[in-house]
Amino acid sequence: MSWSSRADGVPPSAPHVHGSASVPHTMRTVILALSPATLFGVWLFGWPAANLIVLSVLAAMLAEAACTALAGRAVRATLSDGSAVLTGLILALCLPPWAPWWIAVAGAAFAIVVGKQVFGGLGQNVLNPAMLARVALLLSFPVEMTAWVVPQPWLAAGSPGFVEGLAITFGAVPLADGVTGATALAPLRGADGGVSEPGSVVALALGMVPGSLGESSALLLLAGGLWLTARRIVPWQIPLAILGTLALLATVFHLADAQRFASPLVHVMAGSAIFCAFFIATDPVGAPVTATGRLIFGAGIGMLVFAIRTWGGYPEGVAFAVLLMNAATPLIDQYVRPRRYGRTRSGAPLPAGAAASEKRDG
Amino acid sequence: MKFRLFRFRGGVEPASHKAATNCHPIARLPLPKRLYIPLQQHIGEPAEPEVEVGQRVLKGQLLARHQGSVSAPVHAPTSGVVSAIGDHRAPHPSGLPVTTITLESDGEERWIPTDPPADPHALTPAEITARVKAAGIVGLGGATFPAAVKLDVGARHRIDTLIINGGECEPYLSCDDRLMREGAGYVLDGVRLIAIALGAKASCVAIEDNKPEALAALQAAAADHPDVTVLRVPSRYPMGSEKQLVKTVTGREIPAGKLAAEIGVSVHNVGTALAVCRAVRFGKPLVSRVVTVGGGAIRNPRNLVVPIGTPVADLVAFCGGFTQTPHRLLMGGPMMGQILPGLDVPVVKGTSGIIALTAAEAHEASQRACIHCGRCVDACPVGLVPLDLAARVRAGRIDDAAELGMGDCLSCGCCAYVCPAHLPLAHWFNYAKGEINARREAQRKADATRALAEARQRRLAEQAAAKAASRPRPAATSTENDR
Repeated sequence: MSWSSRADGVPPSAPHVHGSASVPHTMRTVILALSPATLFGVWLFGWPAANLIVLSVLAAMLAEAACTALAGRAVRATLSDGSAVLTGLILALCLPPWAPWWIAVAGAAFAIVVGKQVFGGLGQNVLNPAMLARVALLLSFPVEMTAWVVPQPWLAAGSPGFVEGLAITFGAVPLADGVTGATALAPLRGADGGVSEPGSVVALALGMVPGSLGESSALLLLAGGLWLTARRIVPWQIPLAILGTLALLATVFHLADAQRFASPLVHVMAGSAIFCAFFIATDPVGAPVTATGRLIFGAGIGMLVFAIRTWGGYPEGVAFAVLLMNAATPLIDQYVRPRRYGRTRSGAPLPAGAAASEKRDG
Repeated sequence: MKFRLFRFRGGVEPASHKAATNCHPIARLPLPKRLYIPLQQHIGEPAEPEVEVGQRVLKGQLLARHQGSVSAPVHAPTSGVVSAIGDHRAPHPSGLPVTTITLESDGEERWIPTDPPADPHALTPAEITARVKAAGIVGLGGATFPAAVKLDVGARHRIDTLIINGGECEPYLSCDDRLMREGAGYVLDGVRLIAIALGAKASCVAIEDNKPEALAALQAAAADHPDVTVLRVPSRYPMGSEKQLVKTVTGREIPAGKLAAEIGVSVHNVGTALAVCRAVRFGKPLVSRVVTVGGGAIRNPRNLVVPIGTPVADLVAFCGGFTQTPHRLLMGGPMMGQILPGLDVPVVKGTSGIIALTAAEAHEASQRACIHCGRCVDACPVGLVPLDLAARVRAGRIDDAAELGMGDCLSCGCCAYVCPAHLPLAHWFNYAKGEINARREAQRKADATRALAEARQRRLAEQAAAKAASRPRPAATSTENDR
C-alpha cells in the first residue's frame, strides 16, 4: 500500500511530519544573506570582481561534480545541496578583488578537493574549506593575495570596462602601481595608530576602503548576518562570542595604550571580523554543536583574531583563527555535552530524594 | 496549591493542525456489526479469554481476565455473540496477527448489571484501585500502561502531587481537548478519585495554552475544589511526555531509571481520568474511547466516540472517506504514532487518533549528509547529542551509543523533526534501543544459565559430600582421604 513505503527505501517510522528546514534551504538562505555585500563588492570593484565570483563558484561546482562522479555518487543531488556554490562564493568574497583568474580557480578547486571531498564530502571535513584555500593561497602566492586595489566604483572614471575587466582577471595587463593601497588593517598593528578618527570608521562601516572583495561593507554584512541569526540559520552564540571577545580585548588594550592599540570599533569594523563572525565561523560543519561549545569556539576565534592582528606575522588573522578553532571543535564537542535529564553532569542518576529543583538545563 | 512553571530543555513547536477537528463536538460512531477485540491492548501480559466461541455476552461483560501483575482485563464493547477467538491483524506496523476475540453485535447494546457505589468518594484507596483494575483501564494517552498498577504505587510511595496530563502535545490530535470541553465535570471527578487512590495531597490538570476552551471548562469545573489546580502550560512538544511534564509542573526531574512515584509524583492522562470516573462512579468498564480521525486526506475530520474493536475502515468511512490516497496512515499522532498495515485493524484502548497524512503534510524529502548543525542537540528534550549517537549507531557501535546515553532517548522524534538533512534519527535510535535491550536480555539469560549451572555443580558436590559423609566409616583415616 502507498502508505507503507518511502521513496528512498527507508521504512516509514515516526516522526511522520517534518519541520521546514533542509540543507539546500539553509545554503540558499546564507547565499541570499550574502547577496547585498556581494553586490556592493561588485559595484565597488567593478567587472574584475564579478569575473572572480563567477570563476570561483563555477570552479567549486566543477570540482564538486568531478569528485562526486569519481566517488560514484549522485552528482546532481550533491550539487543541489548548494554547499559548493556557497564555498565558491565565500572564497571569492575574501580574495583581493582584482586577483587573476587562476587564483580563484585554483583556490576553489583546492577548497573543494582538499578541503572537503578528500574527507568524504559535505559534513565530513574538519576544517573550513574556503578558509583552508585562502590560507593555502596566501602562503603560496603572497604577492597576488595582498594586491589590494583602491575602490573604483562602477561607472566611476577609474572603473574598468567589461573588456578591460577581462584583461585584468585573465592577466593580460599588470596592475598599475597607483591602483593598489594598504587595507584598513595595516595600521591596526602600526605604531602610528592613526585610524581612530571617526571619518575612517565611517568609511570602514560603509566599505569605501581597499580590502577583500566582499568583506568591505561592515554594515551590509552585519545586516545579512543579523537576518540569518534572526532566521535561526546561524546560532547567535558564535557571532556574539567572536565580536564580543574581540571588542573586549581591543577595549582593554586600547585603554591601556591608545597609541599602540587600535580602538575596538576599528577592530570590529575593519577587515573580515563581521564576515567571519556571521558567515565563515558559523559554517556548522566545523563548529561545535552545543550552545556552550559555540561560545567557547567563538571566544577562541575572537582571541586568536586579536592576537594575530596585533602581534602576528599577518595583518588579518581570521582564516588562521577559524582553522585553529575548527581543529579544536572535536575536542570541544567531546567535553562540552548537555546534562542529560534525570542525571548529574557526570551522567550518574540524580539522587531520588533530591527535591531541589534544577534551575536550568545545560 | 500554587504551582510555578518551569521550562524543560529542547522540544519543538510543530504546526498543531488541531483546528480541523477541535471545533466539532464528539460524534458517536454507529455501532459496527463486528468488533475485533485483541487480548493485548496494554503493556504487560495479554489477557486470558473467559468466554467461548458462540457464547452470548452483554455489554461490559468480562471477555478476558488479566493475568500476571502487569496486565488488564478486556470487556465486551457491546452485547452480542462471540463468533471467533483467533488471530487477527494487529494495529501495528508489522501487521502480525494477535489473538483477538471477534464479537458479532446484536444491536441491542444491553449492559451487564453494574454495581456503582453509593458515594465513590467514600471508597478506600484500595477499593478505588480494585475497581480501576477490574474495569480494564490503561493509560489512554497512548502508553497503555495498566492504570491500576500506577495507582497501586501510591501504597508503596508517598505521592504528594498528582499531575493530570491534558497537554495533548501531538499535532492533529484533539480527542483530549474535546473530552475536557464536553466532559469537564467527569474528568474532574476522575482526577479526585485518582487523588484519593494515590493519597495525593495536591492535584493539577496541566493543559497546553493552545486549548483555551478546555482550560476554561476545567477551571469552571474545578472552581469548587481547591485541591485541584488547573494549570496553563506552554504548547511545546513533548509537553505530554511524563518526564517533561513533571519537570514543567514541579521543577523536579525524575532520576534516571526511577519512577515518577519515587519523587512523589504520579502522572495520568485526562482520558484515563474520565475512564476512572466512569468505572468508579458508574461501575462501567472501559469499552469505548474518543478517537481523532484527522489529517489532510480525511474528507470530514472530527472526533468520534468509538467502541473498542471497531475496524479503522468504519471510522474512515463515517468521516467521509479519503479525499486522496493517504501518503501515511497512522495510529496516534504524527510525532510518535505508528503506520497502520491496513484499514481492517481495530481501534484499541491506546488509539488516540487515526491520522491520514497527505504527502504535502509529511514534508518528506530524501536523506542528505549530516552537516553537524546541532539542531538536534538544541531540540533534544533529554540533553542527548543525537548526531553523535547516529554516527555510532550507523557504524554498528551500539555499545558506544549506549555509553552516550542511548537508553535515555524518549523516541519523541524532535531530533528527526528538525533535522535539515532529513535523517531518520528516531528510527535509528529505536533500532539501537531494541538492540541494547536484546543484548541486555541475552546477557541476563547467559548470567541466569551460568548461575543455574554453578548451582547444579554445587548441589552435585554437596550431594556427593553428603553421601560420602553418610557412608559407614570403616576407619578414621579413610574418611580423611575422602575429603
